[in-house]
Amino acid sequence: MNDRLRSPISRARGLGSAKSGTAHFWAQRLTALALAPLLIWFIASIVGLVGAGHAEVAAWIAIPLNSVLFITMTAVLFWHSMLGMQVIVEDYLHENWVKLAVLITLKFAHVLLAVTAVYAVLRINLGSQ
Amino acid sequence: MTQSQRPLSPHLQIYRWELTMALSILQRITGVALLLGLLLLVIWLLSVAAGPARLESLNEFLTGPVGIAMLLVWTFAVYLHLGNGLRHLFWDIGWGFSLNTARRSGWAVVVFTLFATAVTWWCALGGTG
Repeated sequence: MNDRLRSPISRARGLGSAKSGTAHFWAQRLTALALAPLLIWFIASIVGLVGAGHAEVAAWIAIPLNSVLFITMTAVLFWHSMLGMQVIVEDYLHENWVKLAVLITLKFAHVLLAVTAVYAVLRINLGSQ
Repeated sequence: MTQSQRPLSPHLQIYRWELTMALSILQRITGVALLLGLLLLVIWLLSVAAGPARLESLNEFLTGPVGIAMLLVWTFAVYLHLGNGLRHLFWDIGWGFSLNTARRSGWAVVVFTLFATAVTWWCALGGTG
């Protein structure tokens, strides 16, 4: 069905339509909405942990609700960030392969960092050292 | 497809700066800055997972002049991005587009950012928050 709506040059280029623009827009708004309360929770909690020693910090993170919220917040943060960075890269980089390389690198970095954060929270839960 | 080498007409040097313009580009700039802050967050999580010694050295950095400066900028960036983000969400549902309203909501974002940053730091530095 998409082919009927494609211009000849887009067919020649073979890159297809943007297709998922609406999904991007919606995901950006949804993650933003989720981050509003999550960030309030996070900042309030961190302020409460100022001056706390390692044991207290680890114990706080290990509380189930805190771990769940932390992992959720981090995942949503990286998702939201990737959506935003994609827009930024697409705005300023127009050479196809450069744009693609930067976007892929950013995406991989985001995924790796998100997984690292989840790993760290799990590690804290299982007790360090 | 590379960018053409033809000259652009001047824009930033000519156009009168408005709050709306400033907040728009600041939304992008704070977004990128917050991504760097995310990096710090992951490092912090890893430090907690690694044990008291690692957390201690990270805290030494964070309570030093560079660390405090970074955290201050980060707090400011979070609230600006969050406040302006909410302003964007209102626009998404169609509210607030008239220039006067956009200016007023823009000022509200600035006031909120300064206020929230101040309150957060006051609490963090030992207020009865």
